[in-house]
Amino acid sequence: MTERLRVHVDPDKCQGHARCKALAPELFELDEYGNAHEAGDGIVPPGLEDKAWLAKSNCPEIAIDVIEE
Amino acid sequence: MSDVSQPAAHPPVTDWVHDFDHTDPQWTEDPFPIWDELRAASPVVHTERFLGCYMPTTYEAVREIANDSEHFSSRRIIVRDVRPEITSRNSAPPITSDPPVHKPAKQLLLPPFTPDAMKKLEPRVRAICNELIDGFITEDRLDAAERYTKHIPVRAIAHMLGIPETDSDLFIRWIHMILELGIKDENTLLQAVQEMTGYFSAHIEARKNKPTDDLISYLMNARDKDGNPLEDSHVLGSLRLLLIAGIDTTWSAIGSSLWHLARTPTDRERLIAEPELIPTAVEELLRAYSPVTMAREVVKETTVSGCPVKTGNMVLLSFPAANRDPKMFPDADKVVIDRRENRHAAFGLGIHRCVGSNLARMEMQVALEEWLKRIPDFALDPAGTVTWSQGTVRGPRQLPFLLGKAM
Repeated sequence: MTERLRVHVDPDKCQGHARCKALAPELFELDEYGNAHEAGDGIVPPGLEDKAWLAKSNCPEIAIDVIEE
Repeated sequence: MSDVSQPAAHPPVTDWVHDFDHTDPQWTEDPFPIWDELRAASPVVHTERFLGCYMPTTYEAVREIANDSEHFSSRRIIVRDVRPEITSRNSAPPITSDPPVHKPAKQLLLPPFTPDAMKKLEPRVRAICNELIDGFITEDRLDAAERYTKHIPVRAIAHMLGIPETDSDLFIRWIHMILELGIKDENTLLQAVQEMTGYFSAHIEARKNKPTDDLISYLMNARDKDGNPLEDSHVLGSLRLLLIAGIDTTWSAIGSSLWHLARTPTDRERLIAEPELIPTAVEELLRAYSPVTMAREVVKETTVSGCPVKTGNMVLLSFPAANRDPKMFPDADKVVIDRRENRHAAFGLGIHRCVGSNLARMEMQVALEEWLKRIPDFALDPAGTVTWSQGTVRGPRQLPFLLGKAM
């Protein structure tokens, strides 16, 4: 069975660069200040795994975790 | 701009590691080898110039300082020859604010600059770009800085603020006086600040009787957490910041991007063939040619990457140098327009992340898209000279191009 991925944004580290929203709009949402949080429960639908890793590796604040479950 | 005198010259630098100077002509022209030399010497270097100033040379050291507002204050954000007393706590909030006053001042400015808000502004920026291109599309050669890159951000921010786009030349003059001449000439800086204050005060007064749907009215209507309106000095400070920070920064970024594309036909052809790659390329161009260097003031002794730093010194916080650190970016000295992993710090790191980063990104994307659509063939004009701005913001101020069949 393939592993399932979940994304999580650390709200204390996020500074609103919004790179995750640009690269993986399905997985992240922005609040009224432009700070990011994961969409819903953060579970990455099949086919979007690459976008999850891309968002993580482009976050300047190292605020995104990709958890393999 | 001819009435503004040139700043005093500094002695030329012969020992970069112990006597660096970010206003030296060599740094202005080609800073990259200098940064490599400094980085090889130490993660933090020091100069006696500017009344004492450190510079972190690695990405990691820059991140440490950006994330440490306890030891490094933002009350002074430009490294200059003089360090006059700070007379107003509202000089340009939130960029000049430290915790705890920083956060509420920043949150106030964030909502008008979200990616969604920028989408609404995008059609106007696209129209500005095309109006400018219409003005020179039939010409064979031009200065792309003077005719294109210079005008896009200033008109966009004027549009957002609700002030006439036709006042653009005035704003560009103030910014030159503050960011370039002001490093060495206090009177010129004060004159520009005074003129800006007068200009914006008049716009604020006019809106007290007749509110408008723009960023100036937005700030005037903003309330702090106790429900009180902002002091006029806070509104003025933030307006000054938006104008100063929003103009020659993005103008420089668009200019450096076009400069790169003029010299690199393979990248240009690829972006024309694959315009969907432009947002990724914009990130890489931001990394390789980051325009903005900030500053901090050491307010408490500490160490950075093992190096001691002492109070009384400024810190030249060079995000552009951090973005060239090969420990952080493989092939750091190459422009890789499809670079996949890019945690560049062009918009800063930590709590002072640029409020206008979404605006700048949108402007860069639109400016490159519209240019490449209508002017696929262009090159540097060998008969002209590219010149770069000095000091805090680096970008081409003269960008002589040959267009189309003149190439």
